[in-house]
Amino acid sequence: MSVELAAPEPKTVMWTRRHLLGLEDLSRSELVTILDRAEQFTEASQRHRKKLTNLKGKVVVNLFFEPSTRTRTSFGLAAKRLSADTIDFTTGGSSLSKGESFIDTAKNIEAMGIDVMVVRHSVPGAPLLLSQHVNCGIINAGDGAHEHPTQGLLDIFTIRRIKGRLDGLTVGLVGDIAHSRVARSNIHGLLKFGAKVIVCGPPTLVPQSITRLGVEVSFRLNDILPRCDVINMLRIQFERQRNGLFPSVHEYAHLFGMDSERLKLAKPDILLLAPGPINRGVEITPEVADGPHSAILQQVTNGLAVRMAVLDLLCGHSPMEE
Amino acid sequence: MHTLRISNGRVIDPSQGIDQVTDLWIRGETILGLGPQSDAHADRVIDAQGKIVCPGLIDMHVHLREPGREEDETIATGTAAALAGGVTSVACMPNTEPALDSQASAEFVYLQAARAGNANVFPVGAITKGRQGQELAEIGGLVEGGAVAFTDDGSPVVSAEIMRRALEYCRMFNKAVLSHAEDLELTRGGVMHEGFESMRLGLRGMPAAAEEVMVHRDIILAELTGGRLHILHVSTAGSVELIRQARRRGVQVSGEATPHHFTLTDKCLRTFDSNYKMAPPLRTEQDVQAIIAGLKDGTLEVIATDHAPHAPEKKMRELDQAPNGIIGLETLLPICVMSLIEPGHLTWPQLLEKLTVNPARVLGIDRGTLKPGAKADVTVVDPKVEWTIDPNLFRSKSRNCPFAGWKVRGRASTVLLNGKLKYPANGSE
Repeated sequence: MSVELAAPEPKTVMWTRRHLLGLEDLSRSELVTILDRAEQFTEASQRHRKKLTNLKGKVVVNLFFEPSTRTRTSFGLAAKRLSADTIDFTTGGSSLSKGESFIDTAKNIEAMGIDVMVVRHSVPGAPLLLSQHVNCGIINAGDGAHEHPTQGLLDIFTIRRIKGRLDGLTVGLVGDIAHSRVARSNIHGLLKFGAKVIVCGPPTLVPQSITRLGVEVSFRLNDILPRCDVINMLRIQFERQRNGLFPSVHEYAHLFGMDSERLKLAKPDILLLAPGPINRGVEITPEVADGPHSAILQQVTNGLAVRMAVLDLLCGHSPMEE
Repeated sequence: MHTLRISNGRVIDPSQGIDQVTDLWIRGETILGLGPQSDAHADRVIDAQGKIVCPGLIDMHVHLREPGREEDETIATGTAAALAGGVTSVACMPNTEPALDSQASAEFVYLQAARAGNANVFPVGAITKGRQGQELAEIGGLVEGGAVAFTDDGSPVVSAEIMRRALEYCRMFNKAVLSHAEDLELTRGGVMHEGFESMRLGLRGMPAAAEEVMVHRDIILAELTGGRLHILHVSTAGSVELIRQARRRGVQVSGEATPHHFTLTDKCLRTFDSNYKMAPPLRTEQDVQAIIAGLKDGTLEVIATDHAPHAPEKKMRELDQAPNGIIGLETLLPICVMSLIEPGHLTWPQLLEKLTVNPARVLGIDRGTLKPGAKADVTVVDPKVEWTIDPNLFRSKSRNCPFAGWKVRGRASTVLLNGKLKYPANGSE
């Protein structure tokens, strides 16, 4: 690990992947490539706020089998900023209720001439399954509790922009680790950058085996708070978990919610992230969410740049032309 | 009467402790004997030099899907698959639609098996009416219809009271109760073994404890009642140990291992391929080693496939929605060779014991032996032949096999049923 920390930031590498399925598969150099490309798009969007032509003539489809507002909108806007044609396809299970399989749905849409499919599905591995049956690029926009790579990337990107570095930082992931794809993508990405990761929540929401990924486990937020440079407050996945994993929302908020009182235990420059949509008053109180340590809205802005970078790289565009 | 001599094979019959190179003689439908037969003249000779000649294999855990799910398998296709795998007798599980829970339904299985004319089929009756777990099925009627054992396999018997009464009631017929050991509360929503791999993949897990609490419960109930208990598809180290300890105490309990549970682990799910999804799920390397140890020391007496066909359009789904199960009849032998014989865990006689005489004893059927006068169900195995598993060539109607493309050794070269050549179908060797 110390060797990893001492190593210079690797150079941007040639991008060869057709799909982005998860951060677990990516090398540190590939992660750097995406973050650096996102940095360029951030500057560009701040300077001109105009359309780039990188994806002109390309078609990007949002294929969402699970409800989403922010991720879908963010991908749609990212594609439009790069001049791609975009289609939204949200099933809400409708094609399944007609008896059409998920793979057939995707193949039918691909037959219309699609370059990139942005896929969200409640079942882990569904984007991988699709990538084995279609020829276009696949971006995983969240598959069950498995991965949400662009969310992980935008969290890491936000930390890097604000803190100026990633290695040596201590990042706490708090809450429903068991059912969180955001937690997994964050862990895989952050560890590759040499950050220390602590996962914190009740034992019913923190799988015992997670230490084998190289993270520390804590059940007491107050204990870890003074050591953390960044806290990422994960949302309770009410829709993915079964009942009875904790006694009440009230007790959860008491033990793991972030309020201004608890915040006093943290370092003065603590950075607070939340992948949203947050359950206000559960994971985080409104005054903290809207307070000076919170980067929740910057995360949303950065998400756009990260998704532009991923779309651009997957469409095989060479380094950005001025 | 037609007389057949299978010459110069390595004849292995664990029921008699025989392992020697000799001739096997068959007259009509029955075994005549071994070695030189001075008063017999062979109408036909099958050369078995370099091959193993053994009793036709028995797979006591097979889902034939008929009636009700003929798109997945039928009694005809499932028994054709059995013959191709060297299996001459299968016990079929009662989780059909409707369930095999009446005398008529058991008789229907015999009728369809006779029509197909392939392997022997021995129906296993449901423990409870409709496999609903509420009240005992008419077990006496099922026995009269030919049911050889009882189970609600596919589901556990949730009520300990009903399981207790089943174990007691079956004593009257000296039939075994086959337990699908699973605590449904602990496995609810699970798609794979709960552990490091499920955590990493974000897939909901089924803990080993879900199996072990039920194995333990059923062992205790067998102890209470004096009933005869058989634990189906043992998949965890803890279950192996529970069965081992119970047998030492003298409890009438036997255990069964499937080829996939002693060959594959939960790491396979990294591909998210639904062909690795089954219940109980693939476990860890330690569990695999414990099952092999249980096979070696005799704790696990039986190897069976849990052949569970599902039509491709049902199985090729998102992992959460794909049904549980893999097929196994046509890969049983080579997978046992790869996982048990070649690493030296079991000798051929030890392996064949778990595929012939032991399941015959659990089921109480007069098969699995080459004793003179026995029905001449015989499998000739070529233990060295190399081949590549290609599910597209299977006789089974389904293709849900995770071993596609594996280069393996060993397969049945000739199969006789009641003295008649059944495989290969065209009669050539």
